[in-house]
Amino acid sequence: MIEVRDLHKAFAKVIAVDGVTFSARDGEITGLLGPNGAGKTTTLRCLYTLMQPDRGEVLVDGINAAADPVAVRRRLGALPDARGLYKRMTARENIAYFGRLHGLDDTTIRQRTDAAVAGLEMVDFIDRRTEGFSQGQRVKTAIARALIHAPNNVILDEPTNGLDVMATRAMREFLKRLKREGRCVLFSSHIMQEVAALCDRIVVIAKGRVIADESPDALRAQTGEANLEDAFVKLIGTDEGLAA
Amino acid sequence: MKSSLVVFLKEVRENLRDRRTVINTLITGPLFAPLIFVLLINTLVTREIDKAEKPLPLPVIGADNAPNLVEALKQQRVEIKPGPADAERAVREQDADVVLRIPPEFANAWNKGEPAQVEVVYDQSQRDASSAVARLRGILEQYDRRTGALRMVARGLAPSVTRTVVVAERDQSTAQSRASNLFAMLPYFFILGGFVGGMALAIDTTAGERERQSLEPLFANPVPRWQILVGKLGATTAFAITTVLLSITAFAVVGQFLPTEKIGMTLTIGLPFVVHAIFVMLPLVLLLATLQTLVAAFAKSYREAQTYLSLLMFVPVIPTMMLSLMPFKTLYWMYTVPLMSQQIIITRLLRGDDVPTSAFAVCFACTAAAALVVYALALRVYHSERLAISA
Repeated sequence: MIEVRDLHKAFAKVIAVDGVTFSARDGEITGLLGPNGAGKTTTLRCLYTLMQPDRGEVLVDGINAAADPVAVRRRLGALPDARGLYKRMTARENIAYFGRLHGLDDTTIRQRTDAAVAGLEMVDFIDRRTEGFSQGQRVKTAIARALIHAPNNVILDEPTNGLDVMATRAMREFLKRLKREGRCVLFSSHIMQEVAALCDRIVVIAKGRVIADESPDALRAQTGEANLEDAFVKLIGTDEGLAA
Repeated sequence: MKSSLVVFLKEVRENLRDRRTVINTLITGPLFAPLIFVLLINTLVTREIDKAEKPLPLPVIGADNAPNLVEALKQQRVEIKPGPADAERAVREQDADVVLRIPPEFANAWNKGEPAQVEVVYDQSQRDASSAVARLRGILEQYDRRTGALRMVARGLAPSVTRTVVVAERDQSTAQSRASNLFAMLPYFFILGGFVGGMALAIDTTAGERERQSLEPLFANPVPRWQILVGKLGATTAFAITTVLLSITAFAVVGQFLPTEKIGMTLTIGLPFVVHAIFVMLPLVLLLATLQTLVAAFAKSYREAQTYLSLLMFVPVIPTMMLSLMPFKTLYWMYTVPLMSQQIIITRLLRGDDVPTSAFAVCFACTAAAALVVYALALRVYHSERLAISA
């Protein structure tokens, strides 16, 4: 479970996050939807403790990120927008590296890697050096290594960035599986269709603030729009920065 | 701490797969200096030996004016050659190292028992010719003394009458200390080796990761940043110390084959030298690796980091150059200054001078302390929020 309370973060004169509050629950997929520059990435970075907020609290499974950031990172699996791999190592070695950093023993790493290979269909490239991987192969490897420690909470920053149609569908199925396993899934996106298809709950963010925090049905009802896309545009006030 | 080991092993393994880095660390870095030295010294030494042992070619103008002198020269293995028309030009244009000009008045003055002048034409700025000039001068002066002594005896005087003060020279230099002048630049090559050996890793583990966008996911792991930094530093230092170790060993091996005894110099570069040199270089390598990591952490890309580190390479050069060009008395406080102390100690070891044990300890401790300070700075940079975010 992830809780964010009154988060504030500014970089010099730019106010990226200006009072963001929401929760993401276990067994649910929560979407963070907003135009480019809304503050989604900065919010997520505060969640996986890459940054410290100027004000506000982040709680993951009840643990305060300011008090014990390492424990928070243990209970999180994060797929940031930056998902570079090590070129001279194979996909398996990339995953094993992170597994060891989590303190897992080699047997567990092997078992979990094999499970990821099966679940993400990586068998063709799992033992190849990651140099020259396609976008889809890179994202799959990055996800596998981010989740090697089987965390309860999964955070993904624009997970379908650059993926083709088939890979996007595969990603969707993957996220649904995580939800079925009872995990808390939080992902950010500026692609409405994606969010509409997956989320149990949508947190709409614009200009560093939360505009709405409802289920898709409730959003439609709230704005009086039959179409989710129109509902979003109405909420945000403009369709600039949103993609269909 | 275990995480540091995980990071260390990964960095080492990954970089061992990079052929260029490996060649740099194991071959280019260590062997570059010893090879250059062998070539240089060998050329120098063999040339000096040749000059000392071979006949000295000497163009002479007016050889007919002093047949006795010319005969005496021939007996000293001087090869008399016909003199050039213009002695000054010949010497300036390096057609001849030195020219002897015997004026026609020589015979006259000689027979009257007066000082008879000859001219030795040479160019002092031609360092290569200096041994030929010195050799000729020595032969002429010897001839002068000999004939002078004979004239004294002929007049019923003992030749020792003119020798009022006898100067006995007590040169304190040993064969070994004379050799060390040749190798004044050597410590610099070891330091350079330490720099070059770790440079690729220092860049790759910081700016490289940033450019490849793999730093942010790395920091998402439940490992404190200082442990990651320690692991990366360890890998950089390991590569650098390998280069230095190979460099020192290569020099010790190759140095055995140098014909330095022929010019009256000896070098002790056996196992004790290697062990002592490694000991003082160890903390310096760590300091350099930490400094490189700190500087590279400010760069946003691989290329930028390479530029910064190339500039940084000039820093070790400065004290080294100073010390090799302006030799001065070793004062104890110099052992506390990193770079300078390593330079001094290694030079002293080569000269066969004694280095007190306390000097070793002080050098090690002060350099290690400097490394710690730089590490603290690097850690501060590592904790900055901007670090993981690529440009």
